[in-house]
Parts: sequence; structure tokens; C-alpha cells
Amino acid sequence: MSQIALKAGFDDSVHDSQRVFRALLDAMSRPGRIVTPSPPPELPAALHPATAAVCLALLDFETPLWLAGPDIAETRAWLAFHAGCPFVATPEQAAFALVTDVAALPALGDFALGSDEMPERSTTLLLQVGRLVAGQGQRLSGPGIDGTAWLDVDGVTASFWTERAAACALFPRGLDVIFTAGPALAALPRTTQVED
Amino acid sequence: MQSATVPTDSPETAARQRWMAVLARAETAELEAAWAGLADKPAYRLLRKPEVGLVMARGRVGGAGGAFNLGEIAVTRCAAQLADGRTGFGYVGGRDVRKCELAALFDGLLQDGARQSALLASVIAPLVAAQEARKAETQNDAARTKVNFFALERGEDAK
Repeated sequence: MSQIALKAGFDDSVHDSQRVFRALLDAMSRPGRIVTPSPPPELPAALHPATAAVCLALLDFETPLWLAGPDIAETRAWLAFHAGCPFVATPEQAAFALVTDVAALPALGDFALGSDEMPERSTTLLLQVGRLVAGQGQRLSGPGIDGTAWLDVDGVTASFWTERAAACALFPRGLDVIFTAGPALAALPRTTQVED
Repeated sequence: MQSATVPTDSPETAARQRWMAVLARAETAELEAAWAGLADKPAYRLLRKPEVGLVMARGRVGGAGGAFNLGEIAVTRCAAQLADGRTGFGYVGGRDVRKCELAALFDGLLQDGARQSALLASVIAPLVAAQEARKAETQNDAARTKVNFFALERGEDAK
């Protein structure tokens, strides 16, 4: 019988997931704040530590995942085993989309943006980027931000910001984004306004 | 998962289903003794620590009856990876995490073709014998209280 050399997940799945969820909650409620959730001890080569932590905390059998990026076979097997999430073929069917390389990101309009009655049915985008720096780059304002905050996301193109603004102009429909880079993550909910 | 490509009715699958079922029905003490008696215990790590969950047990009354939900039962599952890379799985009824871990370890060991026949003889066969003895005992207990009804001829129909 053939075997995939699977890597282990969280040591203590319940409490480790809860800690990651708490970190993510901080990031979501304070857009632009960079947090570092504690990652699982082993992770697939294609995932950053923060991405792996978020995946194990958020994904389960009720969250269809759309996965894109280079060399994702190991990631797919690892998530299927530890998270048990179903995989979907198109981004619009997904509750979560995991894009391990910005180059593989489709147009943001391809994701589910929810409906006016059920805006929560939108896709939450997990995007791995090169680097996250707070205090410079894009100017953020909106709920959860006292005045303004700055976040520099290395690797995303100008068209990403235009497409995001277009998607979030449909409020309450829109797209929530979680950026991960190495051990760090920052979140950009649909309510945050972004300017250059 | 690559293992999903093994057809469900292949002889290997049937054999594995059989030993996994035997391991799941065994007593913890029996598995513990079998593990202690093992000459060369492999190094291992747990890919998935034993975790307890609920599974809906379904039943059917009679041949034509539709399936109905009988109730939820506790099931413990575990996945152990042995030093040679083989992964053993344990799915056992109840909340005994140690039993589940041991079942997963034996499942991993039994997948090794070189050790399989020896382990089937030294571990699985005695477990089957013990389980059959327990089953026979239960059946004996039940049989002792069995009442047979006979329709006696009462005479009024006899002409």
C-alpha cells in the first residue's frame, strides 16, 4: 500500500486552535495590526507557519476550500487529513480560498462575494505574501482603526487594491482578506478603506 | 489520498478490515499485554493524537424496514506513524484512548508484509479466540433462560 509521508498537525488541537483563533480575532478587529499565531510543529513545505496555523484553526468538514499555488499536492493531503475540509474546483464555491503564491491569484471578482441577504456566504481569502510591515505603505481607515493605520503588503499588485475596492463597494457584500507572511499575519476585513 | 485508490473489495482491504475489527473489539488489557510481549517495538509518533467523537449508529428493523438513527455512540480515533513510514489507524468504540493508540500501532505493524503472518498468529489469533469465547459465554447465558413454546393438542379439533 502506498503511503504519503504526512506531517503532524497541532500538538493539542483544541487549545492550539483556540489560541490561533484568538490571535486571528485580534487581527480582524484591528485591521493593519500584525499578529504572530503559534504554528504547528510541522507543516507542508508550501505553507508559511502563519498560514498553516490559520488553516488548522479555521478549516473543517463544513468549509469548502479552493487551493491555488505551485506544489500544492502535499498541502492538499495534509489539509485533507488534519482539517478534513472538502476541496472545490472553482473559487466561487469556496468558503475559504488559500493562495500560496500571489502569482496564482485570480481576479477577486471570481470569488463568492455573498449576497445582500447573506453577506457571510462570501469567500475568505488567505493570501501568502512576501512580507508584511505595519506603519508604512497603504493607508487604512474604518471600523477598528483609531484614525488611520498603515500596512505594507509586499508582492500584491496595484490591480489587487482596485479589485478589492470594487468588491467592498458592494457592502454588505465583499471580501475579507487574511495576509500571511512567514510567522506573521494581518487581516483586512471588507469594512476597511484602503488608500495609497 | 493515494490509499483511496485501493479497491474496497480487494483481498488486502478485506484482511485489514478483519484485523482492524478484531483490534477494535479487543480489551485494553489484552492489547497492552500483546504490546508488552512484542520483541522489537518500533519507534513511532502520533500524527493524530487519540480524540473522542460521536458517530451516529443506524439500525434497520426487518429486511424491508428503512434505516433509522439508533443513537450516537462515542468513538475514539487515532493515527500513528511508525519509524518505517507506515501509518496505522485506530477507530474503536468507547472513550479508551490508550486502546485506540495500541490498535493504531498494531494496524501499522500488520501492514508490514514481513511481519504480518507472525503477528496474525501471535496477536490477532488469540484475540479472535478470546472474543469468540466471550461471545459463546454470552450466548450460553441467554440460551439458559430460553423458553420453548409448544402448541398442545387440546382435543376439540380431533374427530
